[in-house]
Amino acid sequence: MLGALSVGVLALIGLMAFTVIDNAWPSFSANGLSWFGSGGDVVTQFRAMQSGTPLPGHSLLYFRAWPLISGTLVTTVLAVAIAIVVSTLAAIFLTEFAPAPMRRVLEPVVRLLAGVPSVVYGLIGILALVPWINEHLISNARKHSVQYVVQLNGQDLMTATLILTVMILPIMIAITTNALASVPGSWREGSAALGVNRWRTIWRVSVRTARPAIVAGAVLATARALGEAIMLSMVSGGLPFAANPLDGLTFLFEPVQPLAATIVKEFAGQQGGAVPHTIYAISAVLLVSALLLSFASWAAKQPLKRYGIGA
Amino acid sequence: MEPLMPPPVRRIALDDQPNLAPPRAAPNGSPAAASPPTHVRSAGALAPQVRERMSIESVWLAYGENWVVRDVSLPVRQGEVLALIGASGSGKTTLLRSLNRLTEITAGAARSGRITLDGTDIHELEVNDLRRRVSMVFQQPNPFPMSIFDNVAYALAEQRPKRAVRRRRRTAELEHAVADALRRAGLLDELGGDLERPALKLSGGQQQRLCIARALAAEPEVLLLDEPCSALDPISTATIEELIVGLRETVAIVIVTHNLQQAFRVADHVAFMHLGELVEYGPREQVFERPARQRTRDYVSGAFG
Amino acid sequence: MASLALGERTSPPAIVHPPRERTTSWPLVDRACYGLCWATGIGLCLIAAAILLLMLVEGISDLRLNLLFESPLPSLNQSQAGGFFDPIVGTFIVTAIGTAIAAPVGVALATWLSEYGRPAWLARAVESGVEMIAGTPSIVLAIFGLLLFARGFFAFLSQSAADGNVTGQSFLVAGTMMSLLALPLVVAATRESLAQLPLRLRESSYALGKTRATTIRRVLLPAIRPGIASGVVLGMGRIIGDTAIITILLGSSLKNQPASGTPIIGTLRGFGSTLTSYVYNNSPAGEGNAPQKAYAAAFVLLMIVLALNALVVRLTRGVEPSAAALARRRRVFSRLSGLPWNR
Repeated sequence: MLGALSVGVLALIGLMAFTVIDNAWPSFSANGLSWFGSGGDVVTQFRAMQSGTPLPGHSLLYFRAWPLISGTLVTTVLAVAIAIVVSTLAAIFLTEFAPAPMRRVLEPVVRLLAGVPSVVYGLIGILALVPWINEHLISNARKHSVQYVVQLNGQDLMTATLILTVMILPIMIAITTNALASVPGSWREGSAALGVNRWRTIWRVSVRTARPAIVAGAVLATARALGEAIMLSMVSGGLPFAANPLDGLTFLFEPVQPLAATIVKEFAGQQGGAVPHTIYAISAVLLVSALLLSFASWAAKQPLKRYGIGA
Repeated sequence: MEPLMPPPVRRIALDDQPNLAPPRAAPNGSPAAASPPTHVRSAGALAPQVRERMSIESVWLAYGENWVVRDVSLPVRQGEVLALIGASGSGKTTLLRSLNRLTEITAGAARSGRITLDGTDIHELEVNDLRRRVSMVFQQPNPFPMSIFDNVAYALAEQRPKRAVRRRRRTAELEHAVADALRRAGLLDELGGDLERPALKLSGGQQQRLCIARALAAEPEVLLLDEPCSALDPISTATIEELIVGLRETVAIVIVTHNLQQAFRVADHVAFMHLGELVEYGPREQVFERPARQRTRDYVSGAFG
Repeated sequence: MASLALGERTSPPAIVHPPRERTTSWPLVDRACYGLCWATGIGLCLIAAAILLLMLVEGISDLRLNLLFESPLPSLNQSQAGGFFDPIVGTFIVTAIGTAIAAPVGVALATWLSEYGRPAWLARAVESGVEMIAGTPSIVLAIFGLLLFARGFFAFLSQSAADGNVTGQSFLVAGTMMSLLALPLVVAATRESLAQLPLRLRESSYALGKTRATTIRRVLLPAIRPGIASGVVLGMGRIIGDTAIITILLGSSLKNQPASGTPIIGTLRGFGSTLTSYVYNNSPAGEGNAPQKAYAAAFVLLMIVLALNALVVRLTRGVEPSAAALARRRRVFSRLSGLPWNR
């Protein structure tokens, strides 16, 4: 009977993938591979779908998702890159250099931060961080320079990336700290006895041993960043705009709208029609990325098993 | 005076062990008439040049409120092997660890007294510098989770930029140093040239010899061994004991051991400690066959311990 | 040579405590990295302090006791009128449904994986499946829930709109999808606890002639109760904090709107709000413009999460003595026997 339950769970996942892709297919087939490309403004495309009148020269399902994809990629990659560096340093600090009272305070705090709901981060972002950035970091000259294309108001790439980094840091710190603390003491003692200073011991023995855990943490964090819908929809600008790195620093202040946030913004409860198909298409993309990430985490652990790291 | 302990077991040469000294066949071909194993030396045969490397002067060591080592003074000389023997809790391992300041890693450790290396107090030297000159091998083999080459090159890499250690850019100098260390540890031939194998895949005895090679790679002046053979089988033990005796000419060796027979086989001088105090120190024959103190006599004959 | 009569020198000279390894002798690169580590640590402290202080200050200044017990009122001046009783009830309902489904299913799944697990390929597939659920974004789960439950034969779970289409949005639907969020956490916690049980527990039960099912039911599961509890509480924490499923599957109203007059079933089939969607709707991103209420609700949410965290810590600590207790034991023993513990 328990076995039947397990099969049931598998069947559920299969059903999920099947239904999402099935309902997403019309959008993909109408656009082909250029669904992922760029062309036109996502907002106009959605309005056209909602009103039922297709844009001139295109079908009703016409959709070009590049601004959304670029927004997702940039925020996720930046946030995870920053988080890997910061979490490794913080974990090293917590396990090795922090004085005991500081460690006793920081560890519960990190655990608490990991449990804070994403709406709360979004709320702090939109009510505290966004106005501050708007006033202090975006000068009027900058706003003028792009005012014909887009409005800069503090809800932008930088805010989104910053808060996303803070959201994924606690998980990564917790995983890395656990891994560093479980490095056998005999290796660290042996390294000290060879005359290697504490930093190099940690870096060359402990961090190397903890690499599978760091990778696992990074993949977990990427999955969370990819799927983060609510906080990003509150903070990232709500305008599907492909931020242009060639704009220099202004690139950081341009609004973005990642894929998951788009689902939240455009969902209006209708059943059939073009908008739901597009939304299901976006969900299918997210689902497939999550699956690929699971596979990537498994694949990344394989080479290190040779040297006896990880199990 | 009769010997106070059973005489050490003569090594019976086994034909299929290529690394051990092959027995010289007697004229009638009988293996029992083979010459005695090379590392059981006759009394009095010390290495020609003996010079003092480290000096332990009135050292007291404590963990928290417990005094673990009380007022011990010993010399450590290059050219000879010093064995520290004693029952559990006698403080011999703590004394050993204080020689390369490894006791400082434990919180609550305190000390008094003076330990000098070549005349300089070790607490005035930079600690990592000291540990490169005074290397240590532990009871359980602890090779790092890297390849054999990286393990041995680990300590060497500290003196060279990291780039020189990566596989593609290794200098000939580094490879030579690693091969040399492995040869001194008696491991080079066994490995057959494959140094990229993961170190954790070696057998226990090989891993311990790898740790010795790693300790030797930085060309230390003193080698500290903390019961190096207690986790190994007899054949690996024999190999390592041969190695130790061979090394004493270039490196001063201090070995802590529980095994009295092993102390008799390898040591030149023996120091017997009991409950933190140095009870007796002297040449091997004197401590084992003509001890001056009753307690030494009791320990060596197996009355306690 | 240096042989002492025992007991000759009993008073040690002055103690010198060795200094910790100084970093001044390290190479520049290592010192820079050391400094970076400290900077990161302090930065982490500052960020955490900033977040917690901000929530504390804003939340307490806006929280009044009556807010907890009043229902939201539709009013032009949102910041003055109404409270968030409805969202609190909503949170409670959704969490209850989600946990009620996830806990038994999760424990059953974990038990099957750990104690049976045949055929092996199926066990691996189920493991991967649970991991995939864990890795799926909650928004995708929400969309899937919509697709699944907006069909004719699930009409009893939610309400139908005026034109006959099943909306697929209700407390029941949202609770069911929420259970998928909690499921991987319960499975992981149960599996870990089962793996930590010693083999002899199972062996002694089999040796007495009990079947595997009885062993599981009467020996193993009671033994890992704290582990299961902590997994369930973690799952509850995740459910309480999720907003994406609520916005998609619960309608975006501030009040709970029952589908029909029937006392409980009507509410379960109807629209509603939870604390999370309430915060979202009252923030500038939603339709409301009542940041004070949003802060107050967020503060209540944070308190609930804190309480759940503390509960998990209590539950897991009950299994093993803490480090402080172990250290105390060690000290007492050392004093008794006079032997140092680190040689």
